[in-house]
Amino acid sequence: MMTPVNPSTPVLEVTGLAKIFGGLRAVSDFNMTIQKGELVGLIGPNGAGKTTAFNMITGLYFPTHGEIKFEGTSVVGLQPHEITRMGIGRTFQNIRLFSNLSVLDNVRIAYHFHSGYSLTDGILRNANYSKNERELTEKTQDFLSIFHLNKFEGEIAKNLPYGQQRRLEIARALACNPHLLLLDEPAAGMNPKEITELMDLIHFIREKFDLTILLIEHQMRLVMDICEKITVLDFGEVIARGTPVEIQNNPKVVEAYLGKGAANVA
Amino acid sequence: MELGFLIGSVVKIGAILAYLYGLLWVLGHKKLWVKIVGVVAAFAIVQLAFTITIGDSTILNEFDSGLVFQAASMTMIALGLNLIYGFNGQFSLGQWGFYGIGAYTAADITFRWINGDSRGLLVVGIGSILGAVMILGIQKWLSRLRGVPVLSAFTFYLFGSVLVGAVAVVIGNALNPAISPLLGSAYEPGPLSQGIWLQIVYFLAIIFAGVFAGEVSFLFGLPVLSLGSDYFGIATLGFTIIVNTLMLNSDTILPFPEMKGGRGMIGIPKLTTWFWAFFFMLMVIIIMRNVIHSSTGRTILAVREDETAAKAMGIDLASTKLLTFVIGSFFAGIGGGVYAHYIGFLSPGTFDFLAGFNPLIIVVFGGLGSMTGTIAASFGWIFFLEGLLRVLLGQMGPDAPTWRFVLYPIVLLLLMLIRPQGLLGTVEWGFLKAPFVRPRENQHTASDVVEG
Repeated sequence: MMTPVNPSTPVLEVTGLAKIFGGLRAVSDFNMTIQKGELVGLIGPNGAGKTTAFNMITGLYFPTHGEIKFEGTSVVGLQPHEITRMGIGRTFQNIRLFSNLSVLDNVRIAYHFHSGYSLTDGILRNANYSKNERELTEKTQDFLSIFHLNKFEGEIAKNLPYGQQRRLEIARALACNPHLLLLDEPAAGMNPKEITELMDLIHFIREKFDLTILLIEHQMRLVMDICEKITVLDFGEVIARGTPVEIQNNPKVVEAYLGKGAANVA
Repeated sequence: MELGFLIGSVVKIGAILAYLYGLLWVLGHKKLWVKIVGVVAAFAIVQLAFTITIGDSTILNEFDSGLVFQAASMTMIALGLNLIYGFNGQFSLGQWGFYGIGAYTAADITFRWINGDSRGLLVVGIGSILGAVMILGIQKWLSRLRGVPVLSAFTFYLFGSVLVGAVAVVIGNALNPAISPLLGSAYEPGPLSQGIWLQIVYFLAIIFAGVFAGEVSFLFGLPVLSLGSDYFGIATLGFTIIVNTLMLNSDTILPFPEMKGGRGMIGIPKLTTWFWAFFFMLMVIIIMRNVIHSSTGRTILAVREDETAAKAMGIDLASTKLLTFVIGSFFAGIGGGVYAHYIGFLSPGTFDFLAGFNPLIIVVFGGLGSMTGTIAASFGWIFFLEGLLRVLLGQMGPDAPTWRFVLYPIVLLLLMLIRPQGLLGTVEWGFLKAPFVRPRENQHTASDVVEG
C-alpha cells in the first residue's frame, strides 16, 4: 500500500467526475490535478457541488462517472476507511468530532490503525498491550501539544470552544498520517481573529507534515491569502481556475457570485 | 411482618449493591494479592450466605439464591447488550434470541452427555472450533481482495458454515461409538459422566454455547448490520421470533426430540453452582472491560458517536459493528448456558420476544454506556421486581403480583423524565474506570511525532 511514489505523479488527479442524484446533476465533468505540496482552494456559491466532490474523493459517495487517482492509484469503489488508510485525510463542514469522548480519545481513535496491538492483546492485557498502549498515549499527548490542545486532553470534546474544536478536528485528521488533506470550510463560523489563527495553523501543518492541501472555503480573505491555485465550481461545473489574482478578475466568477451584469459594476 | 419484610428487602438490595461496589473496587486494586484475596472473599461471602443457617433458613434463602443466579446470568446478557446498544449504538432486540441459543445449546450438550450420547459435545465443539477457523480464514482471504460486496462475502461464509456443520456431524458420529460406552446412562453414570469430568464437560458446554451463539450472530449480523440502527432493531426482533419458533417446534421441524418442543426441555443437570456463576460473570466483566479500554474498544465508541467521522478516521465500520455484535452475543450465549444449568428446565416461553425487552430495560435503566450501571441494574432490577414487589404484592391477593408490570413501567417512565441517561449515565466504578492518563510535562520535540 505504501509504495514509493514517483515525484512527478500528481497527488490527486480527477478526470470527468460526475455525480447525479435522481435528476439533479450535483457535479458534472469535474477535472482537477493537484501536484505534491500544492495548496489549492475550491470555491463556488452554495450548492455548487464542492462538498459532493469531496465526498466522492473520500469514498462517501460513489461517482456516477469519472476517475479519481490518488498518487497514481484509482480510489473509485474503495471504502472510505481504505481511502483514509491510503493517505487522504479530511475534516467536515459541520464539525464531526466524537463529541462525548475526551480530546485524547478523539486523537487516539485516529491512531487506531497503527496502534500496534490486536484485540486479543487488549483482552489478555499482555506486555504487548501495555507497551503499545503507553506509546500510543504518549504519542497522542505529544501530538496534541503541537496543536496546543494538551491542556484540554481530559476534556470532553463537545465542551471545547468552537475554535478549539476546529483545531482538534484538523489535528485528528492529521493523526491519520495523510499525504493529502481535504478541509471542508475550516473557517465557517469563525471570527476574524480565529481566521488569522487558522491561516497560521494551515501554513504550519503544511510545512510540518509535508502536506498537500485542498480546501473548500467561503471566506475570501482566507482563500485569497493562502491558496496558490483556485478552482471555481458553479452548478457542478468548473467555470474557472487559476491564481487568486486571475480568479478575482475573472468575469465568469464575479457573475456566478453576484449575478449577471455585476462584472460591469465591479 | 410486612414492614419487617420491606426493611429486610431494602437492606438486602443495599447489601448487594455494596457488595458489587466492593467487588469492582478490589478488582481495580493495584496489588495483585489484594485482587486475588478480594475475589476469593467475594466468592466466599455469597457462598457462606447460601450455607450458613440463621433461625430456620440460610441467610440467603432458597428464593433469594434463585434470584442471585438469575441476576448473574442477566448481568452477562445485559452487559452484552450494553456493548451492542450502549457502546456501539446498534439498537438490538436479538439479544434474547442469542440467550436462548446459548441456553438450549449448552443444555443439549450436557443432557446428551449424561444420557450416554457424546455427539452433542463433539458436534458443537468441533463445529464451533472449525467455524471460528473458517470465519477467520475467509476474513483474511477477503481482506486481500478489495471491495467485495457484503452479500457475496455472506455467501462464502454461509457455504463455509454448511460445510463445517456437515464435517462436524460426520466426525461426531464417527467418534461417538468410542466415547459413549464410558458415559453410562442417566441411572448408571459412567466414569466420564460424573465428578471432575462432568464439570469439564459443563465448562466446555458453556464456552461452546457462547462461541456458537457468537458464530450465529456473525452470520446473521453480516448482511443485517449494514442497515441503519432502527432497521437493524426490527431485523433483530425478527431473529428472536425465529429462534423462539424453532424452539417451540424443536422436536418436529428440527431433529432434536430431547428438546421436546413447546412442552419444554426437562432433565438438564443442575450443574451451575455459585462458583461457576461467579466465575463466568467475572469472566464476562473482565473481557468486556478490557475490550472497551483497548484501541479497538475506542473505535467501537467512535462508531456510536459519529459513523461518518469514524469512516474518515480509517475505521472499518462494518467489521467494527460485526465484532461488537459477535462479542455481545457470545456473552448472551454464556449467560444462557449458566441459566439453563441452574434452572434445570427450559421452556420456549422464557425466550418469548416480549421477555426480550427485559435486558433492554435493564441497560437503559443502568445507563447506556455504563458497565457498572448494567451490573447494578441487573441485580437491583431482579431483586426489586421479582423479590420485593412480587412478595409484597403477593400478600394483597393472589392476582396482585401482576401489578408489578404496571408499577415498574411507571418507575421506568419516571426515570426517563428525571434522568434520561439512566441511573449511572456513563459513570464507572473502580475496576471498570478508564485507565488514568498522566499528563505529559515535557514539551514535544518535533521529530518524534510526525512519523506514525
